[in-house]
Amino acid sequence: MEYKISNRLRIVAIILMFLGALGVGYGFIDSHSVDEDNIAEFIANEGHHGDEHATEAHGLEEDHVEADHGHGAEAEVEGHELSHEEHVLHQIHNRPYAALYVAAFFFFMISLGVLAFYAIQYAAQAGWSPVLFRVMEGITSYVLPGGLILLIIVWVADSHIFIWMDENVVAHDALIQNKSSWLNKTWFLIRGLIFLGGWSTYRHFSRKFSVAQDLADINDNSNFKKNFRISAAFLVFYIYTESMMSWDWIMSVDPHWFSTLFGWYVFASMFVSGITVIALITIYLKSKGLLEFVNDSHIHDLAKFMFGISIFWTYLWFSQFMLIWYANIPEEVTYFVTRIEDYNLPFFGMVALNFLFPLLLLMNSDYKRIPWFVVMAGVVILFGHYLDIFNMIMPATVGDRWFIGIPEIGSILFFAGLFILIVFNSLGKYPLLAKGNPFVKESEHFHY
Amino acid sequence: MEASKVIHAIYTDDDVLMSAVKTVRAEKYHIEEVFTPFPVHGLDKAMGLAPTRLAITAFLYGCVGLAVASAMMNYIMIVDWPQDIGGKPSFSFLENLPAFVPIMFELTVFFAAHLMVITFYMRSRIWPFKDAENPDPRTTDDHFLMEIAVHNNEESLTNLLKTTGAVEINIVDKDEDAH
Repeated sequence: MEYKISNRLRIVAIILMFLGALGVGYGFIDSHSVDEDNIAEFIANEGHHGDEHATEAHGLEEDHVEADHGHGAEAEVEGHELSHEEHVLHQIHNRPYAALYVAAFFFFMISLGVLAFYAIQYAAQAGWSPVLFRVMEGITSYVLPGGLILLIIVWVADSHIFIWMDENVVAHDALIQNKSSWLNKTWFLIRGLIFLGGWSTYRHFSRKFSVAQDLADINDNSNFKKNFRISAAFLVFYIYTESMMSWDWIMSVDPHWFSTLFGWYVFASMFVSGITVIALITIYLKSKGLLEFVNDSHIHDLAKFMFGISIFWTYLWFSQFMLIWYANIPEEVTYFVTRIEDYNLPFFGMVALNFLFPLLLLMNSDYKRIPWFVVMAGVVILFGHYLDIFNMIMPATVGDRWFIGIPEIGSILFFAGLFILIVFNSLGKYPLLAKGNPFVKESEHFHY
Repeated sequence: MEASKVIHAIYTDDDVLMSAVKTVRAEKYHIEEVFTPFPVHGLDKAMGLAPTRLAITAFLYGCVGLAVASAMMNYIMIVDWPQDIGGKPSFSFLENLPAFVPIMFELTVFFAAHLMVITFYMRSRIWPFKDAENPDPRTTDDHFLMEIAVHNNEESLTNLLKTTGAVEINIVDKDEDAH
């Protein structure tokens, strides 16, 4: 079954990118309307902000109000206290960069999560999923462009996102100095290129073998076997590099803080978002009458994964939270104090969106087969995991001056448009059924 | 008690059994029961059995477990004997909630799992020291048995079953007192 990206979808994607670019541009211009000259005036006009902060309920950790209020490493810089004005100015200037970075990472992690899911299907020689392989291959086409854009944003944003890239800060911070053999910009970018290189090499060859298998003789499974081998090798590479990537690209925005299960936690987020997008795109294409070989049972299985991995995510989120909450060690607990005090709504709202909604919406077996139900749950899950990334990056870059406004929404629209354009173009390149896969008959008859 | 006649058709393959069940149902005969050595996917739908309500009971038992755990932890840790553990005095249930979540989770699973299994046994009329209802021991090994009630139509039924690939067809008097 051939598919070509429709003109309407292409126009929608381009409009999204255009509107998004306007929003991002506005964010940068707006943030630079405040500078050294008028920052004092700006803060004075913003009096209500201070009041709000003072009356805020202080949640669980009343003995920690003294701790760092989400100003990341900046406020802890020894012997180099920034004045309040400078500090606020930094946060205002950081915001459009951080907004762009959060959206870029969110769409990138969707495609990376799908790549891992795809490799697992091959390594496990799964019989149910080959009818979905072309959809997955389409989504993973975003890994390379999305990852490169992410690295370019890091290159340009520099210390606007990663405080340890600021030499003045490092010079006064013994903790970051100790980590500087790992946390320095050159080595960071080289690592990023190694990770991306490995992932996109696997992506390139698995796609190549998958297409070659379609054209091969019926008795020739050599391409499938090659795919099986490189998928197993990729998964080993992936689980190490994904973990390091999460330390680099996310955890290091708070360079004093660390969590040993952070890699798994980010993995759960990308995995569930990726599976959700597979389900959404499958349902979209099926509604166009293009995937008639995908039946209710395939949707049911994807929804089961959405349900299960949502719970897995919650398990990791809670494991990270509870140990740090219980031990109450100052350098660890500041991470959650910041989020509970300054990000109360997104922090707990995200748990509701990522846990309670999927739990209640998708618990019933019959609902997992109803497309609009899966779409509804999927939209909630995607929004929840956007907030998850938002909560990881924003406290360290903009502190309590967060808002989901024009820069954030603009960034989401821009990357959503780019994602749609790349993914659906890639979907149109080859037939939508990987007909040469030796399990494709089993998959077409898959019935639960 | 009056003995009723039933017909036992024996099959050696689950796929053959499935299509036989569909054929027999299409001919409007009532299948009393099917005995299989392992669960056959889709057999319940083919036999026209009502969907199980076990999942609903499991959800309700889980809610009971959650409620029991909450009440228990509140009584033990907050009401009866508040302690100061790791600098976290137990004066409020909500402030100590993260420490209780693992217990609440475990008891939810414990209640749902155990009570669901017990419900399943009761509903299936299985309890300790009960005699087996299984009419033919071969159904615990590699044979499949379909049981159909006979109402003066032995011949047509037998002929039908022969065409569905049954390897053995027996007509037996079913003694209701046996179980």
